[in-house]
Amino acid sequence: MKYETQKALPPPASTIGVLGWMRKHLFKGPGSSIATLVLGYLAVIWLWPLIDWAFISADWLGTTRQDCSGDGACWVFINQRLDQFLYGFYPEAETWRLDLSFVILMACIGWLVIPRLPAKGPMAVFTLVIFPFIAFVLLSGGFFGLEPVDTHKWGGLSLTLVLAVVGIVAALPFGVLLALGRRSHMPIVRSLSVIYIEIWRGVPLITVLFMASVMLPLFFPEGMDFDKLLRALIGITMFQSAYMAEVVRGGLQAIPRGQYEAADALGLGYWQKMVMIILPQALKLMIPGIVNTFIALFKDTSLVLIIGLFDLLAIMQAAANDPNWIGFATEGYVFVALVFWVFCFSMSRYSQHLEKRLHTGHGAR
Amino acid sequence: MPPDLQKDKGAASSAPEVKFWNDPGKRALLFQGLLVAAILLFAWFIISNTLNNLEQRGITTGFSFLSETAGFGIPMSLIEYSEASSYGRTFVVGLLNTILVSVLGIIAATILGFIMGIARLSDNWLVAKLSSLYIEIFRNIPLLLQIFFWYFAVLRTLPSPRQSIEFLGSYLNIRGLSMPAPVLEDGFGLVGIALVIAVVASVLLSRWGHKRQDETGQILPTGWISFGLIIGLPLLAFFAAGMPLSLDHPELRGFNFRGGMTLLPELVALWLALTIYTGTFIAETVRAGILAVPHGQLEAASALGLPKTRTLRLIIIPQAMRVIIPPLTSQYLNLTKNSSLATAIGYPDLVAVFAGTTLNQTGQAIEVITMTMAVYLTLSILTSIFMNWYNKRMSLVER
Repeated sequence: MKYETQKALPPPASTIGVLGWMRKHLFKGPGSSIATLVLGYLAVIWLWPLIDWAFISADWLGTTRQDCSGDGACWVFINQRLDQFLYGFYPEAETWRLDLSFVILMACIGWLVIPRLPAKGPMAVFTLVIFPFIAFVLLSGGFFGLEPVDTHKWGGLSLTLVLAVVGIVAALPFGVLLALGRRSHMPIVRSLSVIYIEIWRGVPLITVLFMASVMLPLFFPEGMDFDKLLRALIGITMFQSAYMAEVVRGGLQAIPRGQYEAADALGLGYWQKMVMIILPQALKLMIPGIVNTFIALFKDTSLVLIIGLFDLLAIMQAAANDPNWIGFATEGYVFVALVFWVFCFSMSRYSQHLEKRLHTGHGAR
Repeated sequence: MPPDLQKDKGAASSAPEVKFWNDPGKRALLFQGLLVAAILLFAWFIISNTLNNLEQRGITTGFSFLSETAGFGIPMSLIEYSEASSYGRTFVVGLLNTILVSVLGIIAATILGFIMGIARLSDNWLVAKLSSLYIEIFRNIPLLLQIFFWYFAVLRTLPSPRQSIEFLGSYLNIRGLSMPAPVLEDGFGLVGIALVIAVVASVLLSRWGHKRQDETGQILPTGWISFGLIIGLPLLAFFAAGMPLSLDHPELRGFNFRGGMTLLPELVALWLALTIYTGTFIAETVRAGILAVPHGQLEAASALGLPKTRTLRLIIIPQAMRVIIPPLTSQYLNLTKNSSLATAIGYPDLVAVFAGTTLNQTGQAIEVITMTMAVYLTLSILTSIFMNWYNKRMSLVER
């Protein structure tokens, strides 16, 4: 007798390959099949005209509205106004200063984000402490022979970035102090922190901006004049530090109690304990939260158009009302939405990735 | 024991050598005292400056302006309002409009969010992908931009009233959506009474059903019976009373529609944008809540032989809701706060009519802004009180 092992049979055709995948993921049971067909049909009849409008029948090149055939999107409008959308009314000869600040910022962030690069600590200090001064000198000028540029000429995407970055960087130290205050054992400090945080978290940003623009001038002596941008920045920072405080508090609470006790046992004072033991560990855990707050703030900066600052959205709105380009608001909205979306989506993906990487299993929950 | 140490001990017990700045308790007192002093000083600085500035500008402080005549019109109000009404009345009108759009938005966003959150977990690839496409797109675009898009790019391009788009007796045009308004006639009260009776009966029925199930193990289809009661009884009453309801149809007169009821385009744009934007966040909350139910629970349910619908209703939803409700309430609060963006497109909400027009006309910046903030603050405090109560009630009692 001779035994011969038969070759294994191939799996049934209905469970592998494209057909198998479709059977499993699209047509599993009657309900699923109906949903697939209906939604597939709707997706095709809705998406196709959209793609046609945005790409195929769209007009890309030209200088005036006559270059647009009218069937699809008129991206000529965006092309013509791109400089204004990016730089606002910043003098054309000086826009390299905005570019340079943006490049430095991106380089700093890139350095901090790529895990392999060394010296994260000094780099973070540079980004949070030194870079704002560099950017301020570059943007507003008046030093080192740079021509001063008044803040009412700032606008567009660069203003949006200024508002969001300053809002976060300035709110961080206040947020840390408020969070420490909220967890303090001193009753007056604790209740003052709680009141501050809850008040700002309870009101909409618009009312804060209104307050900053109409009440702030009343609070300070006559002659002490804030410009509009500074007022908005003060409002945003006060508002944002309350949110930041809650993020920091979350980070502080995630540090195991043993760390506090070990620091006490070593005889460290309160500030030594916080600065040397607790905050370095907590800050790492807070990064996803900070990124999420940044995303929220980045989207919220568009509200400054209500107090008359020309951020990306406001400048697009103004451009769409230009008599030469009436009727192309949709293209403008789509472009601005795309810009915001690219920033927010990439940041939220980064924050999710970081959450996974930081989830190392330690910490009191 | 060495003699010098003994001496130290004696000294310590007779007179404490700790300096007061090294005593944590005293140091805390000192620090807090300094803090309070600094804050009082700052407050005094601000108040005196403000009083000075107000005096120079000739503005009198106080809330007496609330009874003055406002003298401006508001395009939409839920209560009686005219130009002769007072500023206090504008406050109420704005507050009601804020509440209206928030409630509409909360209802629609909850429905949309739950559908999308569940759809994202679907086995069907297409359903899951389309739902995540919706969530990822609209969550990452500023709300104000979405409001502008719906208002300026969609609703502002609708035809004039003469070329309205007509459907189901409603007319959609640049002035908004004109719909037939229901007019209640005599005898409609009967329908209301029938509805109340049906609801009470359903509650009693479900209690009795539970008791019966506990005693005999037999399950009563209370859900279907209550559904039939709540729909059927009022319908019966409606026909019995001789259909006491008529519709007031909008009619084109001149350049605009008269009669019926009209939804302002501002309201529609705001409602759409708030719904679509907040819906994405609610969808993510719902998804997280469902994923938070441990898989073992599902397996235990099927081991007990529960069918799929009952597993969902009795096992998954109650446990998921525990996780979902706290973030859901904070989304509702966010929606209410975000409704203040109405001012950008001219929907007459609290911020637009009160912190906008009223402030500009009276110049009472401090009073107006404080009142506006107080409204939102009250809402948020009430929400957090509710949330604490809910968390306490729902927290797992461990034995």
